[in-house]
Amino acid sequence: MDLEEAKEFRERCSQCAAVSWGLTDEGKYYCTSCHNVTEISKEVISTAAIPNTKINAINRGLKKKRKFEKGWDWYVCEGFQYILYHQAEALKTLGVGPELKDEVLHNFWKRYLQKSKQAYCKNPVHTTRRKAKVLEDNLCHSDWASELELLSEADGPLESGTEVQSDFEIPTHFPITKAAQSEAASVCSGSLDGVEYSERKEKGIVKMTVPRTLAFCYLSLLWQRETITLSDLLRFVEEGHIPYINAFQLFPEEMKLYGRDKGIFAIESWPNYEEIYKSMIEIATFLDLPRFPEVTEGCYLHPNILCMKYLLEVNLPDEMHGLTCQVVKMTGIGEVDFLTFDPIAKMKKTVKYDVQALAVIVVVLKLLFLLDDNLEWSYSDLAEAYNEEHKKDKPWFDFRKWYQIMKKTFDEKKQKWEEARAKYVWKSERPLYHSHIDKPVVYKRREMVVNLQKQFSMLVDPTPVVEKKGPSSFQFNWTEEGTDRTCFHGHSLQGVFIKKGHSLITKNSLYWLSTQKFCKSYCKHVTTYEESNFSLSYQFILNIFSFLLRIKTSVLHEEVSLIEKKLFKKKYSEAKKNSSGSKKVRR
Amino acid sequence: MPRRPSRRRCETDVSDFSEELRKPVTEDEQMETSMLSAKGMHFPWLQKQLETVVTGGKKKKDFAQTTRTCLSFIQDALLKHQWQQAAEYMHSYLQTLEDWDSYKKQAAPEIIWKLGSEILFYHPKSNMETFNTFADRMKNIGVLNYLKISLQHALYLLHHGMLEEANRTLSQAETWRYGEKSSSQEILINLVQAYKGLLEYYAWSKKKMELSKIDEDDYAFTTKSRNMLSQSWKTSVNFCALIKTPGVWDLFVKSYVEMLEFYGDQDGAREVLTNYAYDEKFPSNPNAHIYLYNFLKREKAPRAKLISVLKILYDIVPSHTLMLEFHMLLRKSEKEEHRKLGLAVLFGVLDFAGCTKNITAWTYLAKYLKQILMVNHLSWVQEEWKSRKNWWPTFHFSHFWAKSDWKEDSDLACEKALVAGLLLGKGYRYFRYISKQDHEILRKKIKRMKKSVKKYSITNPVV
Repeated sequence: MDLEEAKEFRERCSQCAAVSWGLTDEGKYYCTSCHNVTEISKEVISTAAIPNTKINAINRGLKKKRKFEKGWDWYVCEGFQYILYHQAEALKTLGVGPELKDEVLHNFWKRYLQKSKQAYCKNPVHTTRRKAKVLEDNLCHSDWASELELLSEADGPLESGTEVQSDFEIPTHFPITKAAQSEAASVCSGSLDGVEYSERKEKGIVKMTVPRTLAFCYLSLLWQRETITLSDLLRFVEEGHIPYINAFQLFPEEMKLYGRDKGIFAIESWPNYEEIYKSMIEIATFLDLPRFPEVTEGCYLHPNILCMKYLLEVNLPDEMHGLTCQVVKMTGIGEVDFLTFDPIAKMKKTVKYDVQALAVIVVVLKLLFLLDDNLEWSYSDLAEAYNEEHKKDKPWFDFRKWYQIMKKTFDEKKQKWEEARAKYVWKSERPLYHSHIDKPVVYKRREMVVNLQKQFSMLVDPTPVVEKKGPSSFQFNWTEEGTDRTCFHGHSLQGVFIKKGHSLITKNSLYWLSTQKFCKSYCKHVTTYEESNFSLSYQFILNIFSFLLRIKTSVLHEEVSLIEKKLFKKKYSEAKKNSSGSKKVRR
Repeated sequence: MPRRPSRRRCETDVSDFSEELRKPVTEDEQMETSMLSAKGMHFPWLQKQLETVVTGGKKKKDFAQTTRTCLSFIQDALLKHQWQQAAEYMHSYLQTLEDWDSYKKQAAPEIIWKLGSEILFYHPKSNMETFNTFADRMKNIGVLNYLKISLQHALYLLHHGMLEEANRTLSQAETWRYGEKSSSQEILINLVQAYKGLLEYYAWSKKKMELSKIDEDDYAFTTKSRNMLSQSWKTSVNFCALIKTPGVWDLFVKSYVEMLEFYGDQDGAREVLTNYAYDEKFPSNPNAHIYLYNFLKREKAPRAKLISVLKILYDIVPSHTLMLEFHMLLRKSEKEEHRKLGLAVLFGVLDFAGCTKNITAWTYLAKYLKQILMVNHLSWVQEEWKSRKNWWPTFHFSHFWAKSDWKEDSDLACEKALVAGLLLGKGYRYFRYISKQDHEILRKKIKRMKKSVKKYSITNPVV
């Protein structure tokens, strides 16, 4: 950390043969070009002198700051642009049409820069003094990167002459130089506006964050009506198919990140469904987007198609699809107006397509089997007996058997998932540090960790690592040969229907509501999910279904309640009239 | 004067900063408590709740969550002796060394050292070399762990019988310095030195053993004994610093005293032991008094001195085996006060479940009770008995005990019966049961017992 102090040490570095030494805070020499730390330490003559030298070192370091961190001048929004660019590229390799990147996301981002007054407007928050070369290396083949430059520069002349015009330039830099300097020592960043950006708080502006890049991606997917739901997107992120955690690693080497940039670009959590969903609506409103392309019956996001997909995924009989379609029709959740996202409309709400489809399946299961920990088992007895006698016929759907298989499969899957999470490598090869002062310390740590990891990986059996599965919107394959898992897709629902006249009606004529009374206060959630109040079958189904989407069970429960609210509209209004509504509703 | 405050601000900033880099030593202690909760017993639900309290209800980062799960997987694997799997998870757990939470980052090296050394200790593919590399790497992560890990590394080597290597590791640690000596560093350095001393003691006592086998007239004897002499001087330096710091240093004190005594430095040994037992800064430690007592006994110190030492031990551990010796000392004392205490000591010993079958204690008590009652000190007995009469009958003198004592050890039964008779009268079931037994050898004894009870029992109406 102090080159002056290290001058007397003239040996060549054992790793890169350079003679360029600094001192770590432990008083050891380290090579400033390859960060190799020697075992040789500087003799400390008097311990009393240490505090002073420390201060000197920091002061001297300050002056040299720019020399240390020579890199490109870049703005925070460019960083996000890089991330978006790579995310869009990843989506393209996942099979999404190229228009998403070149048209939709590009336009959304342009609009965002404009709305947040960062570019494409008359007085952007910062003038762009640097040359366009910053981005050309990586992005020149796609025109949308450098456009930001051109546009803001073209707009520039209106403000010509004034170099710094920013509205956010808080006059903190005026008073006493010493204070400013000490502030700069602890508050700095590799980007030009990192410090300013992290302190910026303006009403009405949605600030970019790393999670919000995913909201942008999802908005574009939704606009394109692509076959990727939000839960799919987030799962792909977690599986590493889309850059997100440590996405800053993809920045060119010359874009230095440290100090405040760390708080902006470093992420230590996987994206959360609810959070991204909320930011997506927030961003769409902020961008003032028009009504999205309509979600019609032929679209992947239509509940009928998604229900089909999820019935396959959770290993339920195909025959159930007819019933889910009926529920969709009765509740009106298949209507175009209901499904299409319209940010300008009064009720700024969109549909959680994936959650909703699974909720429909839950409702159908409740209609068929009641799921009161009683009826489903007695139906299972009947099915078992029938299947025993008619071994050659199409088997009846046996709930118990399904439960056993699903339980086992999901438990295994969950275990594997948890193990994979526990083994996840969070730390980037390009460590982030607060300032150039602790840079050698951080790099030394990194090297230590790498060495230790090498040591422990030698103890692990070199068993061939299970090949990484390619991205898929399906997590299970029930028709796979060679497994002992039964596939229930072809099973029949005959056992739970009786003939009445010319039509079949369900044997079960009872139903219970997941939510009796909806919360109408301002707390924003309409229902709560207290697990122990519900039957074990219901708990089980909510658990595995929500695991499928990697969401909280309460989210699915809420969606089930909302569908029931639409399905039993009458019952709810009755219940309102005579508040002592019976728990079970007769259909 | 706007300059002043600004300068002050600058200074505090800098000091904050260097503190951050340097890592304050005070947090060292917190680290230990966190380790305790990581491996010790805990209510799982309570821990979860506590975590949310700490983070103020804020959602924990997934990084924190997964590394936590990773830790529990490692612990699980260690428990099941799945070293391979543990190593696999360890690979990911090493990330905690780079945790952005500076508190966790500081705690990480110690956790990793403990888990890692455990894995490397047992893993079939691991060897001495791997372990040493690991230890050396861990020592140099941060500055706080060097001494602690060196010490444990040395213990590991000792465990494997590699005394020389252990000694080398300790010597290295001994000369290691970082910045100004802090208090926590000092005690660790003292410990390192003391362990070095212990190793030297080991070598010394081995030589002593050899020496005891050689004839004194042998020409080898003189050179060997001279060798030993120089060694003890070195060792004493090593022990000195540590045993002056408050703490429990039994092993070191014992070795040190043994060496001092061997070379005839009785005064030195006495001083060490006295200091170890009586210095108020030291935690209460029964062994300190035992060592001192044994030393004084060897020295043939006056009875009063011995009594005063054991009196303290009596206050700390009234059930200690030395209490019987204490009783004998008190019994012989001229002071009435001492003789009274002698009775209390015996009762005290027998209050403990572990001593109920101690025949010596019962014999002493029976004899002493009789003796005291003969000289009409009824009040002494009553005083002791008052607090025990509610529970001793069922604790010692139930019918069940009478039967089983008689079956297992009739001598013990006889002694107990006498005590029971003296305290509870001849009508009491224990006494009655034993006195009815017919035993050829003990017949005489039982007869004598009956007589004593008839004469001296405290239940007798006062004449």
